[in-house]
Amino acid sequence: MYPSRFSYEAPTTVKEAIALLSKANGEAKVLAGGQSLVPMMKLRFAAPQILVDINNIPGLAFHSADPDGTYRIGALCRHVDLEKDVELAAQQPTMAAAAPVIADPIVRTRGTVVGSLCHADPQGDWASVMSALGGSIVAEGPNGRRTIPCSDFVNGPFQNLLEPEELAVEATVPPPVGTRAGGYLKLERRIGDFATAGVAVSLELSGEQVVRAGIGLTGVGPSTICADAAAETLVGQALDQSTIERAAQLASDVSQPRSDHRGSEAYKRHIVATFVTRILSNLQSATEQAT
Amino acid sequence: MTSLFEVMPAETAVDIPVRKLTVNVNGKQETLKVEPRLLLAHMIRQALGLTGTHVGCDTTNCGACTVLFDGAPVKSCTMFAVQADGHDITTVEGLASASELDPIQEGFKDEHGLQCGFCTPGMMLSAKALLTENPNPTEDEVRWALSGNLCRCTGYQNIVKAVLLAAESLQHQEASKDEGETL
Repeated sequence: MYPSRFSYEAPTTVKEAIALLSKANGEAKVLAGGQSLVPMMKLRFAAPQILVDINNIPGLAFHSADPDGTYRIGALCRHVDLEKDVELAAQQPTMAAAAPVIADPIVRTRGTVVGSLCHADPQGDWASVMSALGGSIVAEGPNGRRTIPCSDFVNGPFQNLLEPEELAVEATVPPPVGTRAGGYLKLERRIGDFATAGVAVSLELSGEQVVRAGIGLTGVGPSTICADAAAETLVGQALDQSTIERAAQLASDVSQPRSDHRGSEAYKRHIVATFVTRILSNLQSATEQAT
Repeated sequence: MTSLFEVMPAETAVDIPVRKLTVNVNGKQETLKVEPRLLLAHMIRQALGLTGTHVGCDTTNCGACTVLFDGAPVKSCTMFAVQADGHDITTVEGLASASELDPIQEGFKDEHGLQCGFCTPGMMLSAKALLTENPNPTEDEVRWALSGNLCRCTGYQNIVKAVLLAAESLQHQEASKDEGETL
């Protein structure tokens, strides 16, 4: 299958990329990993006139923590970079759990985290992870940078708040207020399929007490669901069976799954509750062992 | 049937410039002029005539078109040829040397790691990337590494055995090399 014709630009600086986007009057698309964009162009769901390939811009392929604890993921950080980082589990356990279950291994060598977030697929895994972590997107345009919280960033299926002349240069996660713990679980029919259901949990702990929590749900609604009530019920508590059960119930209640070929509504709700319970129980035993 | 690559020069010139690119394919420098929308898979198959790279699903699912891009496995149906400018590509034709097969190819031959053979080039290149990084993988690691490559014939059993055998023979090679050095 062949995409529609387009002109190809390969800028080598962010400034140059933004200038190209500004000139294009909304007719350009940014090419990073291309693992969603290229298939969509081949199916002609997308037909940009200009493709701005950012792969030749140095300095965007990073993921690191600032001295203040802010975690930053550059626009060219690929899924595999996170998957292979052995230190990530200690710094960002939710991300470390999600990276190896994104798509399949070959897609992970090209696809980028920021690109996935911008693609805004309602079934995307990273959106749940970032909403659990309270992350943001940093957009750079002709007038400088602005930060958009991930919870606002997506304003519809495959739509985001970027202006046509803006480039998403990085994703950021705010510094933790306690010790980070977390996990991501995903049920898929086969590797590379969309999630039947997925659950991202991020906790920040002071001793055994939860001081901050976030839960994001994948594939069980028209878009990513932030299970805020479920997360709130954990804050101020030590993890125990009744707290975990309450959080699992609240997460299951807030999900809006539809019955389809991947499973019935009731089945998907059950998975959400099971995954929340499983992640929190694992974290509970890890915390108890540590203290 | 005319290929996209063949019909392109006559049709393109109007407002979309054809781009010149230089790419190292299996150790050989190639310079080509292509339209930006030409997929890497089509460049490899039609412009370079390396038809060992197969296009299966054409929708980023099956992994039959897998090639190594600077050593990392990529789906060549999901990249544009212009993106390969200045990069190294290894296709299945680049695995064997003039005189002998790659241990991975030997493994597929000895363990009968294929039936129809359509997925085999992609499988072998994913295996190559795995063994370069992890010369002594467990069966589980092999299965995970190949999980982006679909096979509709074998049920994967012999493919996994083939990769494990290749890992073993690569280690024997290394060991005998070390021995040779100490003598």
